[in-house]
Amino acid sequence: MSTALAPPRHDPAWSGRLFWLIAALLLLWPLVVATEFKPWTLLAPANLKVTGQFLATFLPPAHSAEFLGMVARETWRTVAIATAGMVLALLLAVPLALLAVRVLSVSALSGRMALRSAWLRQLVRWLMIGLRSVPELVWALVFVRVVGLGPTAGVLAIALTYGGMLGKVYAEILESGDGHATETLLRNGSSRMQAFFYGLLPQNAGELTSYTVYRWECAIRSSVVLGFVGAGGLGQQMDASMKMFNGGEVFTMLAVFVALVALADRVSAGLRRALG
Amino acid sequence: MNGSERPGQHPPPSSPQLPALPPPLWSARCRACWFGLALLLLVVASFWSLNLQWAQFLSLEAARSMGRFIAEFFPPDLSPGFLRKVALGTWETLAMSALGTVLAAAAGLALALPASRLHAAETAWARAPTRALLNVLRAVPELVWAGLLLIAAGLGPFAGTLALAVHTTGVLGRLFAETLENAPPGPGAALRAQGVGKGLVFLYASLPQVLPQLLSYTLYRWENNIRAAAVLGVVGAGGLGQMLAFHMGLFQMGKTASVLGAMLLMVALVDSLSYASRRWLMR
Repeated sequence: MSTALAPPRHDPAWSGRLFWLIAALLLLWPLVVATEFKPWTLLAPANLKVTGQFLATFLPPAHSAEFLGMVARETWRTVAIATAGMVLALLLAVPLALLAVRVLSVSALSGRMALRSAWLRQLVRWLMIGLRSVPELVWALVFVRVVGLGPTAGVLAIALTYGGMLGKVYAEILESGDGHATETLLRNGSSRMQAFFYGLLPQNAGELTSYTVYRWECAIRSSVVLGFVGAGGLGQQMDASMKMFNGGEVFTMLAVFVALVALADRVSAGLRRALG
Repeated sequence: MNGSERPGQHPPPSSPQLPALPPPLWSARCRACWFGLALLLLVVASFWSLNLQWAQFLSLEAARSMGRFIAEFFPPDLSPGFLRKVALGTWETLAMSALGTVLAAAAGLALALPASRLHAAETAWARAPTRALLNVLRAVPELVWAGLLLIAAGLGPFAGTLALAVHTTGVLGRLFAETLENAPPGPGAALRAQGVGKGLVFLYASLPQVLPQLLSYTLYRWENNIRAAAVLGVVGAGGLGQMLAFHMGLFQMGKTASVLGAMLLMVALVDSLSYASRRWLMR
């Protein structure tokens, strides 16, 4: 074309963008109403005074020897709850994953899987999804009711949620790889356990371990959160200090917690790198 | 492994090849052995130091009280008035998660700019401190933020929304910064060579390239936040969680059961929707 238009002096898409921006803001309005989103309450004099007082107590952070000893003890308990919960979760997840894996089915070698075993596998899968979809905080609330305040509730909550989660992901990892070696072993008459230990497991061991380490890191984070409903550890002490408006203690525990998460992150990343 | 032997080839009889012995179970040079030992110690120490009340949990008495506890959940309270309340709580939870995610996406983008080095010549002096800030925001879980923000914002969904927004800002800010740094530098360099300013380079070169990725990260975090918002209320930050904690605290187990049911239904629905949409997108 010879009669080229003069290039537009401004962005031609501008009006459309403005329209969609305004439309999005209008759509957001019901959300703002539903969440009682009133940022000016943060600046109301009464609130500002309380917040200011709380923030003022942050400095200096609590650092008496007695308090630091308590924080160290509770930090260890947090790690211990996560570790113990993970061990119990593994005890739950490994058998469930083995039951659910389709690659280990003998009847599936010759055409379709037998109806009964197909149903069993589906049931186990549903059980794992059910365990996983209840948030660990809800499990903790329930167990605090049954076994009382303390780490037992936290360990059980992590064990159940993570048991379902690990089992489901383990089964997916085991099924995602190349099933040829396992199938050959099964076809040549090895038992399912042998096929698992000599075919399926060596193929996927790295990925399984790396996922487990990653979940251990997540369990540490969630064991702090579980403390807020009374399941022991750092979270419980943090909750108590927050309720007493003791900013110095909150500050110290938050710092310890951030350091703990960073450390777990570093350890977990290092381990996963070592696994390749 | 002696994989080279074939059935037809016998080793020469003069040097009988013994099968290699398996490596010893323990040797001081084996890193995996030390790691295994450390792991075992960690597990034993954990169980030993927690003195868990197995006896109390596994006893007949505990089983009975567990049974009673579960039996109290039935029948769930399904009266229309209460169901309306539960629906309102569900809507509040969804609204908290959506608004929190939107705020976090905006704040995350604002913080991702100083946290990323868009071209090699940039000094990006704010990169390290902004990243440290994002890491702190991310390291503290939503529930802890909610506990802290309750003091400033008062009980209710506002505190929960802010808590979700603050934590998610840390997560999204970091993801956005990495995405911006990994975007192809060509279009930005072309505009910069023409003397276009920093802000316009971002708006017309970097942002359009990474926008789909940013959107997909945001949607993924929204899904996570719905799950988080459901339980956030346990500390008093609104939504279904607050109803759950309230009715459980008053031992109104029928009402607790309906709230729990709504929570699980919502989580399951979100899970299956995200699964279905991912499959649809992957197709």
